[in-house]
Amino acid sequence: MGAWTLFRIRQMGRNAIFFFQGFVLIFSLPFQATKIVQQVYFIGMKSVAVICLTAAFTGMVLGLQGYYTLVKFGSEGVLGAAVALTLIRELGPVLTAIMVIGRAGSAMAAEIGIMRISEQIDALDTMDIHPIRFLISPRIGGALISFPLLTALFDVVGIMGGYVTGSLLLGINPGIYFARVESSVQMSDITGGFIKSVVFAVVVITVCCFQGYFTHQRPEFGAKGVSVSTTEAVVISSVLVLVTDYVLTSLLL
Amino acid sequence: MASAFIQFVDVHKSFGDNAVLRGIDLAIERGQITTIIGKSGGGKSVLLKHIIGLMKPDAGEILIDGRPLGKLKKRERRELKRRFSYVFQDTALFDFMNVFDNIALPLRERGGLAEEEIRRRVREKMSQLDLAEIDHEYPSQLSGGMKKRVALARALVTDPEIILFDEPTTGLDPIRKNAVHTMIADYQKRFGFTGVIISHEIPDVFYFSQQVAMLHEGRVLYSGSPEELQQVSDPLVHQFIRGFEARRNGAGQAVPMETWEVRFKEEMGRLQRHQVPFSMILLTVENMHEITAKAGPISTQETIHNFAAQVRQRLRITDSCTRMSLNAILLILPYTNLEQSRMVCAKLARELKAADFVKIRPYAGFCFSISAGFAQAAEGQELEQVLARAVESKEAFYEFSVC
Repeated sequence: MGAWTLFRIRQMGRNAIFFFQGFVLIFSLPFQATKIVQQVYFIGMKSVAVICLTAAFTGMVLGLQGYYTLVKFGSEGVLGAAVALTLIRELGPVLTAIMVIGRAGSAMAAEIGIMRISEQIDALDTMDIHPIRFLISPRIGGALISFPLLTALFDVVGIMGGYVTGSLLLGINPGIYFARVESSVQMSDITGGFIKSVVFAVVVITVCCFQGYFTHQRPEFGAKGVSVSTTEAVVISSVLVLVTDYVLTSLLL
Repeated sequence: MASAFIQFVDVHKSFGDNAVLRGIDLAIERGQITTIIGKSGGGKSVLLKHIIGLMKPDAGEILIDGRPLGKLKKRERRELKRRFSYVFQDTALFDFMNVFDNIALPLRERGGLAEEEIRRRVREKMSQLDLAEIDHEYPSQLSGGMKKRVALARALVTDPEIILFDEPTTGLDPIRKNAVHTMIADYQKRFGFTGVIISHEIPDVFYFSQQVAMLHEGRVLYSGSPEELQQVSDPLVHQFIRGFEARRNGAGQAVPMETWEVRFKEEMGRLQRHQVPFSMILLTVENMHEITAKAGPISTQETIHNFAAQVRQRLRITDSCTRMSLNAILLILPYTNLEQSRMVCAKLARELKAADFVKIRPYAGFCFSISAGFAQAAEGQELEQVLARAVESKEAFYEFSVC
């Protein structure tokens, strides 16, 4: 038990150092702009479809549930506010992070893990190419740019989903729906959501890359090691997203 | 040995309970090729990774240019790395990049070169290594041998001072293997890099390395020139080299070494039971050094190979012919006493002079100068004793030159 706790704490420390190294090296010259753009494409652009789909259905189900709850109190008019605040403050950043973990995080852990076990990372090192700068920094850069944008997309599509069920199917006046959205959402809600998404980007990318990067330090070897790393990357980063979400919410409120 | 370029001083390394290196002392000279041989899993790759700093020793020190690797500053370490190249055993090519980008990566990341210059250098290396027209293929689409050559190209493209090869030819076909060996030898001559090669290609590697170190149970069992290595009496060294020669069937393509020993025992048995005499002839190429220096290692070996084949053709059906070392061929002649064996040899010399077996004549006036040693086995003698007598009796009279 004690050993486990110590191990986890030490791992957190190593993760933090790993992240800061990667983050600082983003700004080292020559600037790796092309690689960062590629990562924005991989993490961001390629996630758009998944994010839209998830957001649409999340918004729709929120509209549905919200309507039937609110209608009991005769206040179905505030549905717009309920849907928008839930999405912008909580579900947008969290679900975006979870979806990106599934789509890009697992892929990164596996990709970097395979590079590790096939000595490609050692090869970089022998060529005097900093492996963290070459592999991790562009990913951190890409994630820091993509996560807030994806979250924004999620929020908008989600609110539209709420409109589809609330107004088109259940008959709330669209004007009231959007007026409520507009009047209830404060700028602080939006910045709060973005702060969350940036923090999640850090958590997700660090954990996923870290797991892949240090695959060789596991007791399992080879392909087995990579598979365990990928699983751990997904599980740990998902859990951490939910935990940090709680911590951040309590700080932001 | 203060002048050694790379010096291992009592280097230890363990992985958990597994002590891989147990006190390595080794000096690697500048501008030479050093080959490290030893059993698989004996820590050869681990040793190589210590030189470039991929692994750090648990104890002991590695000095490069007399300066301990562990105490270098970050900047010095980076500068040092730029002088190195490492060819990985499993190639370690970047599987998300195509062949061209793989080879170009070290140049691009190093900076300071125009894209055009990078292209020119990459193309040059690719054509030298027989890799044309696969620019846009990915490593996973290539055969094992091709990947190996791409990895070599990637290591050579920066024109490094020190190249560490981890089994550069394992998995290549014999022709490509020779090509890689020739290339390493040629490059070494031209650019004078310091090479450290891990290889199982015994005896091929002996032809172009100036130093051979044998690793055994985490220590350097022996280190010295290839010629010296063959004279070493340590049974472990012997067994190792012989074992490989036997497996590879030598260049004589005759009876493998184990069979040769079996053969000696058989003949000895016959001698003891029926008093049937048998003799041995040891043919030694005396001017091996001179030939290698002029013709290069590969064609020398090819010529000796042809020579051995010709000798074998002319022997009686009961005789056996084996390549014993780099420059020696052993004949075992049953039912033959010393006098008869001299006659056999004289006839052989006459016929060989007439035959044109030297298919490759690398330079004008190319001649083998071959001495012959004779010994008739006496009852109860060991193989080594008979061999020693044959070496002693090398006779100038029978020295014949074949051109």
